[in-house]
Amino acid sequence: MMMSAIESRRAMPVAAPSTSRLGGRLKRIALHGAVLLLCVVWFTPVLSLFVTTFRSESDSSLTGWWHAFVEWRPVLSNYVEAIYLAGVGRSVVNSIVLTIPTVLGTVLFSAIGAFALARMRFRGRIAVFLAMVGFQVLPPQLVLVPMLKFFLALGLTGTFIPVWIIEMGLTVPFGIFLLYGFFASIPSDLVEAARIDGASEPRIFFQIILPLSGAVLASLAILQFMIAWNHLLIPLIFLGSGSLSPLTVQVASLAQTNAGGLNTLTAATFISVVVPLVLIVSLQKYFVRGVLGGAVKG
Amino acid sequence: MSSQILQLFLGLLAVPAMAFAIILPGELAIRRFSQKRQSSLRPWIWLSPVLALVGLVIAYPLVASIVLSFRDASGSNWVGFRNFVWAFGTAMRPVLFNNVLWIVVFPLLTAMLALSAAIMLDRVKYERIARTFLILPTAMSFVAGAVIWKMMYTYAPPLQPQTGTLNAIWTAVTGKMPIAWLIDRSINNYALIFVAVWMSIGVSTLILSAGVKNIPRELVEAAKIDGAGEWAVFRFVTLPSLWPTILVVLTTQAIFSLKVFDIVYVMTNGSFGTDVIANKMYSELFVRQNLGTASAIAVLLLILASPVIFMNIKQIRSEGGE
Amino acid sequence: MANVNLRDIRKVYNHTQVIHGVNVDIDDGEFVVLVGPSGCGKSTLLRMIAGLEEISDGQIHIGSTIVNEMSPKDRDIAMVFQSYALYPHMTVAQNMGFSLQLRGGAKPEIRAQVEKAAKILNLEALLERYPRQLSGGQRQRVAMGRAIVRNPQVFLFDEPLSNLDAKLRVTMRGEIKALHQRLGSTMIYVTHDQVEAMTMADKIVVMRDGFLEQVGTPLSLYDRPANVFVAGFIGSPGMNLLSGRYAEGNVGIGDIALPVSERPSSASEGRQVIYGIRPEHLILSGDGGVPLVVEVVEPTGAETHVIGRVAGQRVIGVFRERITTRPGDFLSIACDPAKVHLFDPQSEHRIN
Repeated sequence: MMMSAIESRRAMPVAAPSTSRLGGRLKRIALHGAVLLLCVVWFTPVLSLFVTTFRSESDSSLTGWWHAFVEWRPVLSNYVEAIYLAGVGRSVVNSIVLTIPTVLGTVLFSAIGAFALARMRFRGRIAVFLAMVGFQVLPPQLVLVPMLKFFLALGLTGTFIPVWIIEMGLTVPFGIFLLYGFFASIPSDLVEAARIDGASEPRIFFQIILPLSGAVLASLAILQFMIAWNHLLIPLIFLGSGSLSPLTVQVASLAQTNAGGLNTLTAATFISVVVPLVLIVSLQKYFVRGVLGGAVKG
Repeated sequence: MSSQILQLFLGLLAVPAMAFAIILPGELAIRRFSQKRQSSLRPWIWLSPVLALVGLVIAYPLVASIVLSFRDASGSNWVGFRNFVWAFGTAMRPVLFNNVLWIVVFPLLTAMLALSAAIMLDRVKYERIARTFLILPTAMSFVAGAVIWKMMYTYAPPLQPQTGTLNAIWTAVTGKMPIAWLIDRSINNYALIFVAVWMSIGVSTLILSAGVKNIPRELVEAAKIDGAGEWAVFRFVTLPSLWPTILVVLTTQAIFSLKVFDIVYVMTNGSFGTDVIANKMYSELFVRQNLGTASAIAVLLLILASPVIFMNIKQIRSEGGE
Repeated sequence: MANVNLRDIRKVYNHTQVIHGVNVDIDDGEFVVLVGPSGCGKSTLLRMIAGLEEISDGQIHIGSTIVNEMSPKDRDIAMVFQSYALYPHMTVAQNMGFSLQLRGGAKPEIRAQVEKAAKILNLEALLERYPRQLSGGQRQRVAMGRAIVRNPQVFLFDEPLSNLDAKLRVTMRGEIKALHQRLGSTMIYVTHDQVEAMTMADKIVVMRDGFLEQVGTPLSLYDRPANVFVAGFIGSPGMNLLSGRYAEGNVGIGDIALPVSERPSSASEGRQVIYGIRPEHLILSGDGGVPLVVEVVEPTGAETHVIGRVAGQRVIGVFRERITTRPGDFLSIACDPAKVHLFDPQSEHRIN
């Protein structure tokens, strides 16, 4: 028993090279193949959208988008139609108006809240923090009916105000959670030194904490940009599909009504994704950090 | 158009003003107090904007939704549990069943694919590029994803040219009839779920990749020296080390499947037996204008989400200090 | 510049008292070192003077004002932190000028002050750098520069040298001392290192477990430690402490009798005492001395440390001579009777 165990252990490295080198190479090939396949499957739909935006309506009704690689007859009419006839140009502006103040507010409110929770000691601190953790996963559907009643009563529906406030309110608990960890890790010596230097609390916030937190604030900003830019339900309810509709609502209504045809829809869709796509590729570092910082760690 | 621009400037001024409307005057007001008073008042001054915002947008609607769920369509009379009886009644049953399907299939599929992706990507040198491909769909709205996949799933009757990518491949490879992915009731829910998987895998992979990289190299090497093969390393080292991270992914995606709205709204709008809770709520609210049943659905979502809410709170609490 | 007076200072954290009524008077221009093992309350005391910790009870005077309720910025103090606490996003010049900027000083004036301080500390060439571009010693100097620029009444130092390597620590020790002589300000300095305390202080405050153990000049603490703790804490290696019995001008340790020139104050023949003698006060004494059983010999070059036993109790001796005795051998030693310290074994207080 003992003997055979020793023998087999000794036998392994001797027998290994020829089979395992071949096996290893096969494994490498399989690995690269699988990764490649995954990338292709994940990218093909995006590519199909992009290609279709340049195809004419008649081409698309007869052949699949891949036919463009056989016969490349690009047209720009889809974009022109989307922007001028399907209201997408207006929606771009609306999306910007919706998103920028939301992102600014989310970052400010989260930073203020995280500053209070991470850098001050008081009774109820832990309760407030845990409430924020709980609120993060609350289904947004819950807020719709009361918020709609509230803003109807104030006569503010049909403006961007309800959307800004609701989008901010839904993300701020997450934002506080994300910033809390970073703020808490800033050495207290630094804050105390500033206090001795004569800095008031708002000054410590603006001149010490915020400048040191650039990266994590950027992470929160990019995440909230994606969320607000891409949300459908809230703007659908509070802005409707009229002249104030942002891109998501506009594209969704084009898709549902089939107005303007498939190719216009694809151009509209591509316009709606181009900003977040550029952001996620160019600022991937901050996006990744935000996603990882916000995941409730195990 | 100029009204939008006006609103943008208004927002850029008003939002920061709202954030600091209490803090700065508050700081000035307590300046004369003793240090002790200052440090007991200051946290609440600084928390007040957040408490006001979250109170308005989350806490108040939470309570109001619960109240409304016991009232009638216009919210003016008490109706007891009638809305909840309806919510579990025959009309809602297929909808609830669809959500159960989502809650089971979507997190599992996402986690499994993301885990494989994370482990594979960890072993190739071009990880960053490959990862970018997986993240791309994450950057898009679910509306855009739905539009893209509506094209991918396009169905044309047999013998006509198949312009949908999937049916083109399917008919070419198998020679069988094309599939009506979004209409055929035996697969359309899975087709919708896969769109969500396609869009969510980026984030899940990021989280799991970080987990994979956190496994100490020595642990894997020790297992290999102990004679573990690839599978044994995965089964006895990788998987147990990743469990907490996998759990994070599963719960996050389970919560997502409760809330799923956009994909279904754009692709089928709930027809062909694909309705889900959130869409039902939207139609109760805007088509049937029933505040009571809409609120009951919202409360139902809350109840379904609450285990995860409490789990997260417990988790954070046990992480110590908090 | 100002005196600092601590009157019956107490600190309570969550119902646990960590500082038990401390009284210290610090004169204008004095360099006072608070020293003690970690957890003795010295840093807490310093932070209370700075205004970073609330004072549970007692009064702190800086100059003629009671500062208990004042915020740190109004106390006219400056502090150098162990971690230096330099603002990472500001240049050296901005770091040093921050406090003046907050007080609303004019730009050229701030610049002049910063340059003056930079000159004192040899930082002129580094003013536009960021903290991350500096070495540990340079950061240390910037932290001091930030304090100097304020021209405070009192400088507070919280273990400022403990993040530096041993060589640099000696250099910086000298620089801080020179700075004190140049500025003549009151300085309060916290450290756990008794060498720093001995070399820098005008006055040392030894603390343990939130109590004051002894206050005095470095040499008075060395020559006449008030109790066993101070005796063991000040001086390196620490004082030898042997238990024995006093009788007729001698202390009997086992069957060895060691002479004492000073009688215990409450002299009673046959009482138990702790006999203390510093390692450097042991002398080699040819034959007829006290036999020391050698266990370890540690030559340091300049001197030789011998660890061994006298009548079974552990003793360390430091000798100028080079000693080649091997472990297990005997070394004949003698103690200068005038340099013996006697302590009461119960109260651990000095009794001679």
